[in-house]
Amino acid sequence: MTAQAPPSLEVTGLAYAYPDGTQALYGVDLTVGRGERVALLGPNGAGKTTLVLHLNGILHGGLGGVRVGGLPVDPKDKKALREIRRRVGIVFQDPDDQLFMPTVREDVGFGPANLGLRGPELDRRVRDALTRVGMLDVADRPPQHLSFGQRRRVAVATVLAMEPEILVLDEPSSNLDPASRRELAEILLGLDVTVLMVTHDLPYAAELCPRSVILSGGVIAADRPTRDLLTDADLLAEHRLELPFGFDPAAAVR
Amino acid sequence: MGAGHAHRLYVPGDSPVHRLPPQCKIVAVLAFVLLVVATPREGIWAFGLYAVLLAVVAATARVPFLTVARRIVIEVPFVAFAFLMPFVANGEKIGVLGLRLSESGLWGAWNILAKGTLGVVASILLAATTEPRLLLLGIERLRMPQLITQIATFMLRYGDVVTAELGRMKVARASRGFEARDVRATRVLAKSIGALFLRSYERGERVHLAMVSRGYDGRMPVTHDVGASAVQWTAAAALPLAAALVTLAAWMVP
Repeated sequence: MTAQAPPSLEVTGLAYAYPDGTQALYGVDLTVGRGERVALLGPNGAGKTTLVLHLNGILHGGLGGVRVGGLPVDPKDKKALREIRRRVGIVFQDPDDQLFMPTVREDVGFGPANLGLRGPELDRRVRDALTRVGMLDVADRPPQHLSFGQRRRVAVATVLAMEPEILVLDEPSSNLDPASRRELAEILLGLDVTVLMVTHDLPYAAELCPRSVILSGGVIAADRPTRDLLTDADLLAEHRLELPFGFDPAAAVR
Repeated sequence: MGAGHAHRLYVPGDSPVHRLPPQCKIVAVLAFVLLVVATPREGIWAFGLYAVLLAVVAATARVPFLTVARRIVIEVPFVAFAFLMPFVANGEKIGVLGLRLSESGLWGAWNILAKGTLGVVASILLAATTEPRLLLLGIERLRMPQLITQIATFMLRYGDVVTAELGRMKVARASRGFEARDVRATRVLAKSIGALFLRSYERGERVHLAMVSRGYDGRMPVTHDVGASAVQWTAAAALPLAAALVTLAAWMVP
């Protein structure tokens, strides 16, 4: 860790076109300070996933740059890339994609083991991560035997085990029943880690993230406190974002 | 469907056979099967002794005989074919179905039946005393290329997921009035299989993405050490050694 703690995430002028020519990002600038929780909102096809895949160097080759905790993402530098992937913990939308090992324990251990941890230190990481999401008692079960909400929580543990600088969640509330949704929110609020949450779920953003940004048409179209942003009906309408029926962001206190 | 799918063949227990490292058991079963196959078919008593050896293993492992007997059913299609083949082949060759010919056919059938059954029972015992996960670790210990064991591991993990997907597609078809009535249904079914293949392929890509995000670089981290001691190897060797004596005797005593 560095002394004066650079921001967890710095994206500057990031532009990217897919090999087939589709331009997805047109110059994205975004800085997320250490310990912040930021919601990344945007309609389908806005480039949210493309942006997320740049954060740990899976996609690259466009203009601009990404720095994670001060370290630039450089796909040619294998060693730095490994460190980047430790620092950026991405929780993908479908936990069945994220959990690929035969047991929960092995899955949570997969990341830290790739970092070279073994033995008691590895066990400790796995235990800690599972404890933080309240899933320690299912450690020896196969992921496919867990409920969807449990799998999502284990998926969060798989990246927590790498002790990331920033936790990136892709639609964390999708397909969860209200109780699992609340439980996950409580867990996320209790974590002492920077969070970037990609979502369409505006009440969830209001509940969890003090700050929100809208990614639309490949650029950051707005960057404000979540409550401000959600009460601006014109802005939301312009970017195809809608509040669910009956939800009043001004009344939602947090 | 889902629950217990991967462990259907495994009979949980804590017997000495269960506790042996997987690679020892694999080698022992393989050696045993090879010895059985190398035994002349006329030595009926030798096959009886082999069966006794397996019965001893089953008793030590506390695998109920009834369970083993029920699982032998899997060889029925193969054995039925074996019974048929000598008759059919001989009939075609000579054109008459003589007593002498069918006798040699019966010898052939006995040969396949006895050796097949012993091989199947040995494998059933291996599967009943070794978790699928450990079986794969054992195979890996035996220097099987990691690529192959990785593929097998993923089959173990995603078998249920793909089956569930197939089930949902079936329900969706049936809900819209589809019934497999005649040959024309084949087209619909073939398309379903195609769609399932594509979905699985795409899932494969997403899983790979999730793996790369957690530092995967083509090798699975080895976290389980299933090393075997000399004592364990010796214990596992008891079965093939005893079988070797029987084989030797069968060749020497005509």
